[in-house]
Amino acid sequence: MNSNYEVHEHDVLIIGAGGAGLRAAIEALAQGVRVGVVCKSLLGKAHTVMAEGGIAASMANVDTSDDWRAHFRDTMRGGKFLNNWRMAQLHAQEAPERVRELEQWGALFDRTDNGDILQRAFGGHTYKRLCHVGDRTGLEMIRTLQDRGVHLGIDVYMECTITRLLQDGDRIAGAFGYWREQGRFVVFRAKSVIICTGGIGKAWKITSNSWEYTGDGMALAYDAGAELMDMEFVQFHPTGMVWPPGVQGILVTEAVRGEGGVLRNKNGERFMERYDPKKLELSTRDVVARSIYTEVREGRGTEHGGAFLDISHKPADYVKRKLPSMYHQFLELADVDITKGPMEVGPTCHYMMGGIHVDAETAQTSIPGLFAAGEAAVGLHGANRLGGNSLSDLLVFGRRAGLAAADYAKGNALPQIDSSQIEEAAQQMLAPFERPDGDSPYVIHDDLQSVMQSLVGIFRDEPDLRRALSELDALKARAARVRVEGSRLFNPGWHLAWDLRSMLTVAEAVTRSAAARRESRGAHSRIDYPALDDAWGKKHNVVVKKAGTMTLVETPVLEMPDGLKQLLAEDSGTK
Amino acid sequence: MVEGSFADATLRVFRGDKQGGTPADYRVPLVPGMVVLDALHSIQSHQAPDLAVRWNCKAGKCGSCSAEVNGRPRLTCKTRMDALPLDQPITIFPMKAFPVIKDLVTDVSWNFRVNQKIPPFQPRPGTEWKMDQRDVNRVQEFRKCIECFLCQDVCHVLRDHGKLEQFGGPRFFVRTASLEMHPLDGASRAQVLKNELGIGLCNITKCCTEVCPEDIHITDNAIIPLKERVVDEFYDPLLMLVRKIRSAKKPRPGGEGHGI
Ligand SMILES: Cc1cc2nc3c(=O)[nH]c(=O)nc-3n(C[C@H](O)[C@H](O)[C@H](O)COP(=O)(O)OP(=O)(O)OC[C@H]3O[C@@H](n4cnc5c(N)ncnc54)[C@H](O)[C@@H]3O)c2cc1C
Ligand code: SF4
Ligand code: SF4
Ligand code: FES
Repeated sequence: MNSNYEVHEHDVLIIGAGGAGLRAAIEALAQGVRVGVVCKSLLGKAHTVMAEGGIAASMANVDTSDDWRAHFRDTMRGGKFLNNWRMAQLHAQEAPERVRELEQWGALFDRTDNGDILQRAFGGHTYKRLCHVGDRTGLEMIRTLQDRGVHLGIDVYMECTITRLLQDGDRIAGAFGYWREQGRFVVFRAKSVIICTGGIGKAWKITSNSWEYTGDGMALAYDAGAELMDMEFVQFHPTGMVWPPGVQGILVTEAVRGEGGVLRNKNGERFMERYDPKKLELSTRDVVARSIYTEVREGRGTEHGGAFLDISHKPADYVKRKLPSMYHQFLELADVDITKGPMEVGPTCHYMMGGIHVDAETAQTSIPGLFAAGEAAVGLHGANRLGGNSLSDLLVFGRRAGLAAADYAKGNALPQIDSSQIEEAAQQMLAPFERPDGDSPYVIHDDLQSVMQSLVGIFRDEPDLRRALSELDALKARAARVRVEGSRLFNPGWHLAWDLRSMLTVAEAVTRSAAARRESRGAHSRIDYPALDDAWGKKHNVVVKKAGTMTLVETPVLEMPDGLKQLLAEDSGTK
Repeated sequence: MVEGSFADATLRVFRGDKQGGTPADYRVPLVPGMVVLDALHSIQSHQAPDLAVRWNCKAGKCGSCSAEVNGRPRLTCKTRMDALPLDQPITIFPMKAFPVIKDLVTDVSWNFRVNQKIPPFQPRPGTEWKMDQRDVNRVQEFRKCIECFLCQDVCHVLRDHGKLEQFGGPRFFVRTASLEMHPLDGASRAQVLKNELGIGLCNITKCCTEVCPEDIHITDNAIIPLKERVVDEFYDPLLMLVRKIRSAKKPRPGGEGHGI
């Protein structure tokens, strides 16, 4: 390969420095290979830092009856049995050890009276299962991983965006990207690549996600020929802020409900009594989000179109100690003192259950040498993720991906990269500067968000989804002619112009999959098909690129062994 | 506080790069509850698509959006427009202590290099993984740090005297404190504090504490106790040992050293 660009060489290249990417890096490094990690923001600013409520692991420190079986059962039930059973099993079995490991690397969780890691209740979890640090668990986790990784010697490329995977035939050979700072191009050569790029929420208007969540990793993998699966399952978290306008969508952690917070409509009714009388506020997220949405639609919403969430019946110092960042967030951004009065909350686009299809044990995709873990991968959560199951997912499958990618790198030589791939990637990046006219990327992004928000939201139906598909076609055409002003020096408009492509790819995959699934299951609710359909319970939608076009195929849900079926049939015990 | 009496505000934003630059004025329509970061985003969408700004969480959790608003180091996502005087332009400049890359984005990579000098957590051998919440509380204060680097920006040793080679800055005293006071940690970082992080250069002005958005009592709870440790270790090793034992609550198993 001859290249006019800066080139770096690693055995394992990891795209993404959230919990999944960093855990993968630590594991790969432990196998004695050279590891590079690339991320779009500064180190430590990935989404993982924003996680609040906790990590789910059946440590049984508080509820001694908890064990991996109960966690497995809750995860499968929450996911409406579309989960990859093997991933759900590995996750439930390995999560406690992964949490203990964090502690041994210096993380400081809240404690029980016995001095063990404290665990709190969360929606869909039968027992008190979430290990936490007040409401800033993600910060504790990412700092711990980041410091461990850096001291072990990973090379980190911060503020560098990957725009294309490079291949040698089918096999992965590296990645192409640009430094956000100077706009210079850079080529990474690697024997194996792990995608840990997180989710896609920025395609919606109201979201808890940051500018980074544009679905890049899924789009990169899709373009390289990998399969995306379960893309119709987008989690709308029931409680985002709704007022004032600037904070709309910012997350209000489920820990508020875990700590005893109560939901009411404008008439003061505790409406969850009608939707899920048993679990009430701690029902699964899909149920609570739909309930709030329905209350608002039927005219029982608050002034700004939400519901009231109230924790003020708890002692003020308890609230400040257990939910400090919520306390400050509402006081400073919304002028509400949550120890004295209720918050106004409504659903916000939060998490992507779907993603890159991987093998349960190794996290390998269908492309040789390409792996994926974390929110970018699919399998563990099925049709709906339980709170706290993402942070544990990152640790369990981040580690497995790191291990398998290092193994792969040891068994294979560094592949070749022909320079035409690189030249093409560079050309694509430069084209928007050369156009005399065309839309601004901000305008196209705004329009995309409106389409997804209004047509591919919590409740869906055939006419909306059809309309969304034709709107997406028009947006794709506009995005192909997007125009960028200014230079390549730290230019957010230029960055967004590229991210738009990823968002459009995943938005289309979500919409096509949602149109195909004619039933309601977990986070996917069809007004025109409101019930579960057993036939659909046995299959997944898979999205692949065939001859340049997006194609949908169905694939069967993996059959569970009898022992586990037995487990699922058992009652989950008392709460 | 100005309530609804101004339909828009003027932001005077630094535009430039390491070669230099000048502030430019932008008028931005006000929205209820608007924060400075919202106003910057509005400029990006409608007036200056290439305006360089860092941000991630928009909720004071990630520490990305630091800048100097009307001369004060702040998180722009937590600075309400209605808390600023809107009858005059609001000035927004990049952090002064770090080299400008473009507009409000500065080169903070130095901080990541300093962090590498600090020896990581090292559990004492034979540790039983039990901790009392009271001991944990003290360290959790330091672990709240979101690495916004506002304290680094305001500290005169870095900002005015540019002692980046000799001095680690308040952020990394907080980090060191979180390790030194971890109930189960067995390492000593006194050498590093004295020689590599130059803790002696801090003259306890408390400017860092004043700007910390996480309300970490940087000077009182981190720097002063660390200064004591350095003094103890260099001039009174026995007292140092006593303090460490006390702070760990449980006596450490005998015979193990202070190795870094
Ligand atoms: C506000 C909030 C609160 C949450 N609370 C909880 C909770 O309490 N418990 C829980 O279990 N889950 C929670 N979640 C979900 C959980 O935090 C995320 O799902 C999880 O952190 C994702 O981790 P990740 O490692 O997959 O990706 P991330 O942490 O998002 O990291 C993605 C990384 O990929 C990089 N990247 C992306 N695209 C590119 C590219 N093109 N080139 C280079 N790098 C790229 C990014 O820069 C980033 O470093 C929460 C989520 C949010 C938003
Ligand atoms: S107290 Fe010390 S570290 Fe803090 S600003 Fe003053 S000199 Fe700097
Ligand atoms: S100590 Fe406070 S001011 Fe300094 S970097 Fe951390 S959060 Fe920011
Ligand atoms: S954007 Fe995260 S702290 Fe301001």
